[in-house]
Amino acid sequence: MKTKSLFAWVIVTLAALYFVVPLLATLEYAMRQLATGETPGWFFLGKAHSFDAFVSSIVSPRFQVDFLRSMVLAVAAIVLGVLLVVPTAYLIRLKFPGWRSPVEFITLLPLVIPAIIIVFGYSRMYLATPWSPFNKSPFATDVLLTFGYVTLALPYMYRSVDTGMRSIDVKTLTEAGQSLGASGSRILFNIILPNVRSAVLSGAFLTFAIVIGEFTFASLLARPVFGTYLQEIGANQPYEPSALALIAFFITWACMGLIQIVGRSRGAAPAR
Amino acid sequence: MATTVLTTAPPAKAGAAGRGLISWAALGMAPFALFAVLFLIVPTGLLLIRAFETPDGGITLDNIAEIFRQESILRSFWLSIEISTVSAIGGAFFGFFIAYAITLGGLPPWVRSAIMTFAGVASNFAGVPLAFAFISTLGRVGLVAFILRDWFGVNFNATGFNLYSFLGLTIVYLYFQIPLMVLVFVPALEGLKREWREATAVLGGTNADYWRYVAIPVLWPSILGSTLLLFANAFGAVATAYALTGSSLTIVPIQLFAQIRGDVLNNPGLGYAIALGMVIITSVTSGGYILLRSWSERWVR
Amino acid sequence: MAYLEIATLKKSYGANHVVKNFDLNVERGEFISFLGPSGCGKTTVLRMVAGFETPTSGSIRMDGQEVTSLPPNQRNVGMVFQAYALFPNMTVADNIGFGLKIAKRPASEIAPRVKQMLDMIKLPQIADRYPFQLSGGQQQRVALARAIAMQPKILLLDEPLSALDAKIRVSLRDEIRALQQQLGITTIFVTHDQEEALSMSDRIVVMSEGRMEQVGTPFEIYNRPRTRFVASFVGTLNLLQGRILDPLSGRFAIDGGQEIGVSGGFPGAKAGDAATLALRPEGITLGKGSEASNCLDGVIEHVGFQGAIVRIRLRCADTVISLDAFNSPGAPPPERGASATIAFGRDLQVLASA
Repeated sequence: MKTKSLFAWVIVTLAALYFVVPLLATLEYAMRQLATGETPGWFFLGKAHSFDAFVSSIVSPRFQVDFLRSMVLAVAAIVLGVLLVVPTAYLIRLKFPGWRSPVEFITLLPLVIPAIIIVFGYSRMYLATPWSPFNKSPFATDVLLTFGYVTLALPYMYRSVDTGMRSIDVKTLTEAGQSLGASGSRILFNIILPNVRSAVLSGAFLTFAIVIGEFTFASLLARPVFGTYLQEIGANQPYEPSALALIAFFITWACMGLIQIVGRSRGAAPAR
Repeated sequence: MATTVLTTAPPAKAGAAGRGLISWAALGMAPFALFAVLFLIVPTGLLLIRAFETPDGGITLDNIAEIFRQESILRSFWLSIEISTVSAIGGAFFGFFIAYAITLGGLPPWVRSAIMTFAGVASNFAGVPLAFAFISTLGRVGLVAFILRDWFGVNFNATGFNLYSFLGLTIVYLYFQIPLMVLVFVPALEGLKREWREATAVLGGTNADYWRYVAIPVLWPSILGSTLLLFANAFGAVATAYALTGSSLTIVPIQLFAQIRGDVLNNPGLGYAIALGMVIITSVTSGGYILLRSWSERWVR
Repeated sequence: MAYLEIATLKKSYGANHVVKNFDLNVERGEFISFLGPSGCGKTTVLRMVAGFETPTSGSIRMDGQEVTSLPPNQRNVGMVFQAYALFPNMTVADNIGFGLKIAKRPASEIAPRVKQMLDMIKLPQIADRYPFQLSGGQQQRVALARAIAMQPKILLLDEPLSALDAKIRVSLRDEIRALQQQLGITTIFVTHDQEEALSMSDRIVVMSEGRMEQVGTPFEIYNRPRTRFVASFVGTLNLLQGRILDPLSGRFAIDGGQEIGVSGGFPGAKAGDAATLALRPEGITLGKGSEASNCLDGVIEHVGFQGAIVRIRLRCADTVISLDAFNSPGAPPPERGASATIAFGRDLQVLASA
């Protein structure tokens, strides 16, 4: 027993090193940027450090525009994703169990088909053709990009919502609502949705995490977002990219943490 | 199916709402179906079909044949396969031990949930930010270089290690491959029933007997399936490589990236054929993962 | 010297005393059941005998050998788990022969033994099937065969029938008992189902909250429960609370005033002491009964027609008494609210308090 625990601790410690050291290194690297004339933060490895790279990268107007665009796109992708997935998962559970397998297959496709292939398809079908509405303006392309993000997040959103619906008896709740005189959409939004709230939120945070760091879609659809901005300044600036990379990491961490938190609290509203 | 729901509705509403209920339901599935067709199935299908088309619309296998004729393309595929294989096996190997440590290693429960959360984060941390994280760590002026120089007197750069190489990219890929393995494999380990180990013991078996005759055979499909998943995951990844090595390491996604941006191959059909090749490879390996997973689930019930 | 000697066995997890002072001697070939509710410690004792848990104190001897600190794979015990625990990657034949295989017995020895086991559990045709292709009952029989194939000194069964359907449970119960008697293996059977324990065992150990409540034959446990717990856990029980009127003659007044008599009196008690008597429903009859029997008047509160048995609840002031009457096709059962008289013998069990 004891030797087994020791072995396990060694493995976990080594793993922690491999995974934490790059994060520390990124922090250290990002802190090497000094504003001219500023006194250094503290000394490590004999070099001066400061938080200047973090400040300067956030303060940059282009960063703010691109990051904001990422946020807006993420929210749009979440809303659209929920509107697509929740009724579908609901109807499959309630009325069309035979559709379950094909729909699940479709939701697995974005995991099987790499993102670059999907965006290749978008590029040829919606950007290169004259009759497509999506190449008429940057906003239109943003819409296309949102659709792309919904597609990327589809497997996670669907699985999350489906699991949530499995744990509540959708059929009985619906019948109870009908016997009280509620219409279909009212049942869906006032009865079902609140009860799968935590599953929906989990899917939402996952979508957010995916969209924030995404690069491939945005780059090939030529829309400036956080991911493309990061890659661009990576080619030009020495330290700011590392600062932003760390920020991106912690945003992802926050999303995962929030998923845990909402997952622990029950989705149903407490009885009053 | 629809009728069962109808009969439970109050009789007074059966007439009007009954009919409304059916058409509303079918309509409810329409957005999803429309979305899937327009933004997933058709764009991808378009590429795959065009792989078999000539520029004037005829059918040909020439685009695919072209892949095998062009040395650089073949080398790209081979390079991608190599990186994917190495990072998949490496990820599976290290991930197995980490998964083992947190499930069966006798560690306190908080370690398991901390690592699983981190694994969830790290497996999503692929792409551009990850590349910069590793540049900061293993780059020429990264942290490791300075620690080795200042604390151990070792000249890191003289060792010839180059982050922007096959080895470097593999090390970076492991950062999201290992967590993915942990996430996917922990459930399989937790599916090992405690009673199997106890049954082996009362029948006279040692720990080694248990692993050799029971645990590993039961886990084998999961291990193989997870490795296939990791392979597919690495094969399709582009952002990390692009941010790290730019166009210098010509893995297939990078080739495709350049081709999509501007027709660098001077042959659109070839681009589509390459896409087809990628889809086939990732489908077969992902499909293998799904198949193996359902096998092992059926066994273990 | 008994075949299995368990002496002052204790098991605690920190401040949680799961098993408190377990003492038992089991003779060779005996079938002993540990009976009790969930959490009473019966499985823990079993697992200590198997070697999966280490006792906090106390000792276990098997066939004269001290095994308390011996690891499970050296004790030569057989174990059948509630969840069958068949190895999913092996066929039925491989499962049964597994113990012999890792003991490095030659194939020429393993194959006939496996066949013998399959015949014994009456499933010779499933040798090449995998566990997931079998029903629950079949899996459990294979698990039994796997345990017996090693000719263990002691066979341990941890609630083996709890996961099965009621019908299979009954037939498998008889099969297990028949097999055990045929082979003469010393067996310990853990269950929370009193019917199983009563019908299968040579002796029963009733447990509650880590303590042994009573050890005895099924007849003793059922008819002479020594504590309130045993009396109420095993079978339905009527509790008559009241005061002793005369400890020598056994006169007793139940709450509500009516008098009855207990043969044997109340040794050691005095008039005015409170006491509780236990009375089984099947020992009560409707009607006045004979001169020598006890008699109580009351009002019928509830009549439950269960087919062959009619369960009647009678209220005598503060006491409610359940009695079972056989269905009589000629005479319909009494009505709710009617007055009635019941009769029962004087041989009542006095319960130790608490």
